Amino acid sequence: MKALLRWETALVFVLLVIALSAGSGFRSSQNLFYLGLDIGEIALIALPLTIVVVAGEIDLSVASVLGLSSALIGVLWQANWPLEAILPVVIVVGALCGALNGFLVTTLGLPSLAVTIGTLALYRGLALVLLGDTAVADFPPSYTSFGTQPVPGTGIPWPMLLFALLAVVFGVLLHASSYGRAVFAIGANAEAARFAGIRVRQVKFLAFTLAGAVAALAGIVYTLRFSSARADNGAGLELAVVAAVLLGGVSIFGGRGTLFGVIAGVLVLGALRNVLILNDVPTEVLTIVTGLLLLVSVLAPIRGRQDP
Amino acid sequence: MSALARFRELGILATLLVVVLGTALVNPRFLAGQSIQDLLLNASIIALLAVGQTAVVLTRNVDLSVGSVLGLSAFLTASTAAANPDLPVPLILLLGLGIGLVCGAINGAVVALGRVPSLVVTLGTLYVFRGLDYLIAQGQQVNAGDLPEALLGFGGGTLLGLPNLVLLTLLVVLAAAHYLRNHRSGRELYAIGSHPEAAILAGIPVRRRVFGVFLASGLIAGLAGALWTARYGTVDAAAGTGLELQVVAAVVVGGVAIFGGSGSAHGAALGALLLGTIASSLAVLGVPAFWQQAITGALLLAAITVDRLLALRLAAALRRAARRPTEVTG
Repeated sequence: MKALLRWETALVFVLLVIALSAGSGFRSSQNLFYLGLDIGEIALIALPLTIVVVAGEIDLSVASVLGLSSALIGVLWQANWPLEAILPVVIVVGALCGALNGFLVTTLGLPSLAVTIGTLALYRGLALVLLGDTAVADFPPSYTSFGTQPVPGTGIPWPMLLFALLAVVFGVLLHASSYGRAVFAIGANAEAARFAGIRVRQVKFLAFTLAGAVAALAGIVYTLRFSSARADNGAGLELAVVAAVLLGGVSIFGGRGTLFGVIAGVLVLGALRNVLILNDVPTEVLTIVTGLLLLVSVLAPIRGRQDP
Repeated sequence: MSALARFRELGILATLLVVVLGTALVNPRFLAGQSIQDLLLNASIIALLAVGQTAVVLTRNVDLSVGSVLGLSAFLTASTAAANPDLPVPLILLLGLGIGLVCGAINGAVVALGRVPSLVVTLGTLYVFRGLDYLIAQGQQVNAGDLPEALLGFGGGTLLGLPNLVLLTLLVVLAAAHYLRNHRSGRELYAIGSHPEAAILAGIPVRRRVFGVFLASGLIAGLAGALWTARYGTVDAAAGTGLELQVVAAVVVGGVAIFGGSGSAHGAALGALLLGTIASSLAVLGVPAFWQQAITGALLLAAITVDRLLALRLAAALRRAARRPTEVTG
């Protein structure tokens, strides 16, 4: 626990160093606004994925669910559905995608890595079947402004407000509810948790379902932000989200991690990218930095863990 | 256990036959020599990578960086070959192997010495190697016209009617299958994946073996990069992006248990061939390309589900046998 705290303290410290040393360009409200928009989807998906990883599982299909929900928005919009009707349907479909992952992992006992590599292809494939390689882009500005505009009277982008709300919900769920305690117990030792009377299957099933639903929500934000529903939206994002969660100090073995750390991890990744872009560092370097951060983040907590 | 493994490979082979014959019934040209050759050629690079991945997965690890290693090796070999047109083909292949060796050693060192989960490590190096690739390429691409004839000739050439790449893949598959089945250190990989702690207690040098499999996976991915250059000629920094998931899919479809300890190199290669054949067959049958990914995903899920059900039945059978020891010995 001490090592984890140290890790999160270090992340916040890194964040402060970035913010203070980055120059006024970074701290301008305009730039911070774009930073908030830029990390929106990753930040959202990282919340439920934290629960999945703490429970000792992984979900690589989240970016495909994002793409599927974007394609679904496009198809239903073309069929003249009102957006108010589309959005709940999309979130339900996302939850169903997550539930299928959860079913395969919990009821059939399949490894989540293999299952979600399979559904990564399946859901992205279904998105392509729905919408092909076309784009639906004729959304009215009254809708797309949600993805691009600040909450009136503040400099906070709408998606960040949504994120803040969900962060509180997931924070309570993971750290202040019996469900959260069950998640940690399962991640630490699923056998022991079962003997302690925790309903391991239900807990994991819910975690996957939540991941699907929030990934669909991120698909809505993504689609509105770019005013474009496409089947390939968010392709490859799964690795960035996993990177953010692990950078936030969550153990890939399960059982350890905090939502606070993950939020710090998302912000560090986003801020670092932003600063590097502001300083005209080539995007290739961003990729390398992301990877190195991931390596450092797994090496550091494990070094700490060997102390006792 | 070996009966189950054999059944798995027979199952893949049977599925493969059904797909090939079913498609040929609709379109007989699917069985023409050229078409079969294309099938094998298209599957060969994935099959090659799947062999390296098999060794890694057997030890309960995974190497997600193979697509990036392939990309890095493809661009470096392509640009080197373009700049030195007189370089003989074997040297270019060696260069690819060397790049793979370095990448594999980095993965292996961090996983084995740092005792860090391979999923995270190779996710990290996936980014690092790909970033390096883009940094070196600087947005440029090497065109087939810039490459020496000998290299392209090797990539498109045949020997005894079989494409060179297919022969090379076959060679690697057979060597790996032989090694995994008959060599002590190969058998030890199964022991490590089945029960890492027991393997340590049994005196198996687990760290050295795990380092070894990442080295092997890197070497093969590096070689695959050089072959990619020889095959396609036109290479940019994006070569092989996303390939890691196809490779893991092939390995899993090929019956290699993702939790380690069970599977074979030829099974994984067959898995790659099956996935490739299904993709071609869908194209021949006129199924829109958009369906391919969904079907691949569904197939992968079906494969691991069947595998799981078979494993459960096998475990139940073993338990029954254990309760009646006389029948087993008799």
